[in-house]
Amino acid sequence: MGILNTTTTYDVERLRKDFPILQREVFGRPLVYLDNAASAQKPRQVLDAERHLYEDEYANVHRGIYWLSDRATQRFDEARETVRRFINARHGHEIIFTRNATEAVNLVAASYGRRFLKEGDEIVITELEHHANIVPWQLLREEKGIVIRVAPIDDDGALRLDKFAELLGPKTKLVAVSQMSNVLGTVLPVAEMIAMAKAVGAKVLVDGAQAVTHKKVDVQALGCDFYVFSSHKLYGPTGLGVLYGREDILDAMPPYQGGGDMILTVTIEKTTYAPLPAKFEAGTPAIAQAVGLAAAIDYVEGLGMERIAAHEQDLLTYAAQRLSAIPGLRLIGTAPGKASVLSFAMDSAHPHDIATVLDRQGVAIRAGHHCAQPLMERLDVPATARASFALYNTRAEADALAAALEKVEAMFRR
Amino acid sequence: MSDELRDLYQEVILDHGKNPRNFRHPPEANRHAKGHNPLCGDQLTVYLTVGEDGLVKDAAFEGRGCAISTASASLMTEVLKGKAPEQVKALFDNFHYLATGAGEAYPFAGLEDDLERLEVLAGVRQYPMRVKCATLAWHTMHAAIEGEDKEAVITE
Repeated sequence: MGILNTTTTYDVERLRKDFPILQREVFGRPLVYLDNAASAQKPRQVLDAERHLYEDEYANVHRGIYWLSDRATQRFDEARETVRRFINARHGHEIIFTRNATEAVNLVAASYGRRFLKEGDEIVITELEHHANIVPWQLLREEKGIVIRVAPIDDDGALRLDKFAELLGPKTKLVAVSQMSNVLGTVLPVAEMIAMAKAVGAKVLVDGAQAVTHKKVDVQALGCDFYVFSSHKLYGPTGLGVLYGREDILDAMPPYQGGGDMILTVTIEKTTYAPLPAKFEAGTPAIAQAVGLAAAIDYVEGLGMERIAAHEQDLLTYAAQRLSAIPGLRLIGTAPGKASVLSFAMDSAHPHDIATVLDRQGVAIRAGHHCAQPLMERLDVPATARASFALYNTRAEADALAAALEKVEAMFRR
Repeated sequence: MSDELRDLYQEVILDHGKNPRNFRHPPEANRHAKGHNPLCGDQLTVYLTVGEDGLVKDAAFEGRGCAISTASASLMTEVLKGKAPEQVKALFDNFHYLATGAGEAYPFAGLEDDLERLEVLAGVRQYPMRVKCATLAWHTMHAAIEGEDKEAVITE
């Protein structure tokens, strides 16, 4: 082991020490946290960044004449710049802070959708969308009479790109798709899909809530018009989401909410709006959370997105092998190139029973419909059990998962 | 398996979860309700045949869910048969207390054996996330009794 290895080896045991919660026990067993697709745990660096801000540099932003407010504003602006760099947006003001990814989609539906979409216009989504990328468009449909068209997946969980192409046409005004499925782990060919959508003149929103934690994202290279993700899945604080929007489109969109910070001048007769990004950030924003997110981005970039992806891919392959050996266990979602999420069902036990038995062995997984009921219907299952991996998970944890599942099998087999 | 898990998944529950009794749709049923737990996707339909004398002549169910909700529905249909309205109410109240610790338990003449059978589900109290699995069938049955034909009941 030379010096070279210390810089190139992905030392998962060492970086686990950065995550205080991973040291705790559950029911007397070491916590094996495998619900990362729902939310990721936070490294000390993120907790420290928030704490430092509150202890040392905190005031409201964009208001105070005083030094401390200026300082907090600087930190907040730096956080926006970190996000810009992370997804390679052209401008910092193309980064809008929201409450979460869900609110970012709702912002686009409420502002862009209401202003620019009209009766008969079509929005194309896919069969594997999360409710956050379905319901906002249904609300818009009720109001505006737009049409929602759904591109199907095959039995492995891969998108039928041919069927997607068939749905596109002159009526298609918006394509809103997940970059990665939270249930199946399918990674969608969004670059191709965006090119196809652009060819018919449609705008494209990419929901990157899952994908952004597993791969390097470049919104300019993708060419999407909107990109959304949440902080908490990227090892950052809760209560913060990101909407990237192309400058010219955001400029043309009306405000989403009214209040302080988003105005230039207010008279009772007429209000003029602040320029981007303030136009879309009414009220006091999530200041400390933004600073925390920036620390999380620094953290994952410090490890290297490619190395994280390689580590997670190794875990996924290893865990899939281990689970496949369990009698009566069926993996759900086997699309080529999938990432980091293992959904499964067992002949002997319902997902909830699986999750309860695993919980008592310290293994935290998700069971249910994963906020993707239309997808459950497509797969013809009421629910699945889901293990999802993050940068801090280990092969030993995949072994613990497999061992716990073998106990489930032994217990429920009749 | 830990003893704690064994408290929840007793042999009777594993058996009824795998081989539910009265798992059918009786054509003569005159009360039914659908139960749905939107959080977990469990759904079932409870069918009751209530005679003119008010007695439950038959109780059955169909649907899909976890071992707890299936076993709870199965055991419920067994104990309901032949019961008068006030007995059904007493079973419901006692079961609710048994599973949730809310409300109160009270003795009711003639139901001792039935309540003892239902005791196997008391383990869910230690599993707050699973209580609703055990109560879904009972709330659905309650809806079936109350309204003649109800479409849906949702348990939180």
